[in-house]
Amino acid sequence: MEVYLDNSATTRCFPEAAELMKQIMCEDYGNPSSLHRKGVQAENYLRTAKETIAKILKVNEKEILFTSGGTESDNLALIGAAHANCRRGKHLITTSIEHPAILQTMKYLEEEGYRVTYLPVDEKGCIRLEDLQRAITGETILVSIMYTNNEVGSQQPIAQAGALIKKMNPQILFHVDAVQGFGKARIYPKKMNIDMLSVSGHKIHGPKGVGFLYVDSHVKLKPIIFGGGQQGGMRSGTENVPGIAGIAKAAQIMYDNYDQDIEKLYDLKKCFIEGVKKIDRVIVNGPDCMDGAPHIVSVSFSGVRSEVLLHSLEDKGIYVSAGSACSAHKPQPSATLMAMGVPKDLLSSTIRFSFSVFTTMEEINYTLETLYDIIPMLRKYTRK
Amino acid sequence: MFTAFLIKYAEIGVKGKNKYLFEEALAKQVKYALKRCEGEFKVTRTEGRIYVHALTGFDFDETVNELKTVFGISGICPVIHVEDEGFEKLSRTVIDYMNENYPDKNITFKVNTRRARKNYPMDSQQVNREMGGVILDAFPEMRVDVHHPDVMLHIEIREKIYIYSMEIPGPGGMPVGSNGKAMLLLSGGIDSPVAGYMIAKRGVKIDAVYFHAPPYTSDRAKQKVVDLARQVSRYSGPIYLHTINFTDIQLYIYEKCPHEELTIIMRRYMMKIAEIIAKENECLGLITGESIGQVASQTVQSLAVTNEVCTLPVFRPLIGFDKMEIVDVSEKIGTYETSILPYEDCCTIFVAKHPVTKPNLNIIKRHEENLKEKIDELVQQALDSDVVEIIKVD
Repeated sequence: MEVYLDNSATTRCFPEAAELMKQIMCEDYGNPSSLHRKGVQAENYLRTAKETIAKILKVNEKEILFTSGGTESDNLALIGAAHANCRRGKHLITTSIEHPAILQTMKYLEEEGYRVTYLPVDEKGCIRLEDLQRAITGETILVSIMYTNNEVGSQQPIAQAGALIKKMNPQILFHVDAVQGFGKARIYPKKMNIDMLSVSGHKIHGPKGVGFLYVDSHVKLKPIIFGGGQQGGMRSGTENVPGIAGIAKAAQIMYDNYDQDIEKLYDLKKCFIEGVKKIDRVIVNGPDCMDGAPHIVSVSFSGVRSEVLLHSLEDKGIYVSAGSACSAHKPQPSATLMAMGVPKDLLSSTIRFSFSVFTTMEEINYTLETLYDIIPMLRKYTRK
Repeated sequence: MFTAFLIKYAEIGVKGKNKYLFEEALAKQVKYALKRCEGEFKVTRTEGRIYVHALTGFDFDETVNELKTVFGISGICPVIHVEDEGFEKLSRTVIDYMNENYPDKNITFKVNTRRARKNYPMDSQQVNREMGGVILDAFPEMRVDVHHPDVMLHIEIREKIYIYSMEIPGPGGMPVGSNGKAMLLLSGGIDSPVAGYMIAKRGVKIDAVYFHAPPYTSDRAKQKVVDLARQVSRYSGPIYLHTINFTDIQLYIYEKCPHEELTIIMRRYMMKIAEIIAKENECLGLITGESIGQVASQTVQSLAVTNEVCTLPVFRPLIGFDKMEIVDVSEKIGTYETSILPYEDCCTIFVAKHPVTKPNLNIIKRHEENLKEKIDELVQQALDSDVVEIIKVD
């Protein structure tokens, strides 16, 4: 049995999206900038994709910029907004549990002379609004907060944060990294005072190498990629038409079945948490089941090294992640878990299970049974 | 402009009656290296020399770099060869050659002619004199020095005429395949690939064995070993890589033996298993990357205890090297970057905080008695788990 529980790393592409992309790559392969019919046809795919996404977010389709993925969306939002607004101030605010796409970009901006405040989180992995309020100064130009944390699934109080920021200074821009949140939550930028929103295709059963950035029409942004002036000069480069059609198709499917899928995911999650808690010396990190995202569970198995557990599960056909998948190339303790105050000896014993609409109850039960079998075995052999 | 290479070899030139065997092995390795290059080549052996002729266009730098991986080559001389169309024509070719290859004309030279085709109208002394004159006329700044010339211009008169004067150093050593075969214990570290390289340099063909310990070591750790073997195989030729599942033996030792002795006992079993596989595959020795005192299992006492299980000779080419010296070689042969990737190998997963550094053989043997019940069966299972892959550079 193959059980894929690493959906926060990436997801299986919806066949509908893959087929549409194949059609575009092999048949309707025109360049949207070409004047002839094939170009117009390609442009139509772009327009349809924008309309689909704009409708889901309840925004204007002109406010959608396509990018190469979540990381580029985050880079464009932070660097583009910082550069365009640096005359108003050089202070930025983010959280200590952001994805490296945000944290490393902030580090780059610090080298350029910007000042960055990193908000702490509580033991559930959530920021406190008082901290945000205290951090905002007259110099602040941008606040960036993730919608859903990728390691523990904590959901940040985005709507309240948006209201607070705009109450204190309507000119401060509010960026939200929704790479893990989009598709798993209803996100309405206009109602939540979100000025920019980053989304990635492959986390929502779409293709890799494509994402988008919602940018409210009033936001001043400077491009970070230069060239042929596509997408209003804000993001040059021939549009990734198949990818863009693919991400829109995937988003459409995610939100078509939204209510029923989310309910199903919470059922799976609840069942999994209850089951895993039957193992002794186990801690579920982050928010309570219903407060967190429906698809992410972070569990620390005391006395077991996460890498070893990961490979033991792999041996049984179960794919999970140790901490965050992006960390596989540089093994170091997770910054998110440290910020949440998870004890040191548990940092390297933590596994992330992340579900998707394809996950079944049978798979959850198989995973639990496997854990019951192997945890005692692994605990027997530890480094002395 | 160059159309051929003269391959010079040093040590194998003095191997008496076996010389042809060495030359054959060298020609074979030269062909193996050239397969990776763009273009077609013909390798010929004539009169105690190996020539590489380009039959098509080729990339000079790429070809030289690949030839530099062939053990046994002491020098690579880029050669131009021309049809014999008279001395006049030859002179013009030589002038062009000198002009292009020696932009600084303030040099001394000597012409060294070898007349293999005896019906050539001039003898070699005559060619030396005449060609020297031609060069001096063309480049008045140049001077002749018959004792210590900056440039020794070789002219070889065969069916065609060969001209060369430069020698690019090769790696030295002896051609792989001229000295038997040995089994390398390959981990993912810095040392063992270097050890394999050094023994291959002495003409030894190598096979390798890797001890895999899933789930404690990952597929990425295995891939790293494959990548290292591939890099070494640039020099050594194709490597048969044996992967042995070692987990159960390791856990059994963990259960039954004192923890401080885990590593040393484990290494004894690795050597035992490696030796069995070596003997099954006509290997006449084992190769390890050990260096005295580097870690607890490589003190002289530990090496003695490990060595005791083997009957085959164990080659430890790094035994007297400092870590930095080993790193230097690994950087030179291109294994360093891969070696430092942070995947755990089976030697480190259960390592004790204070492993024994001066193990006593009798005590170790006594503790190994604890393994009596199941160890033979586990060793057999490990041997049965052997998966063999041929690793080579495409």
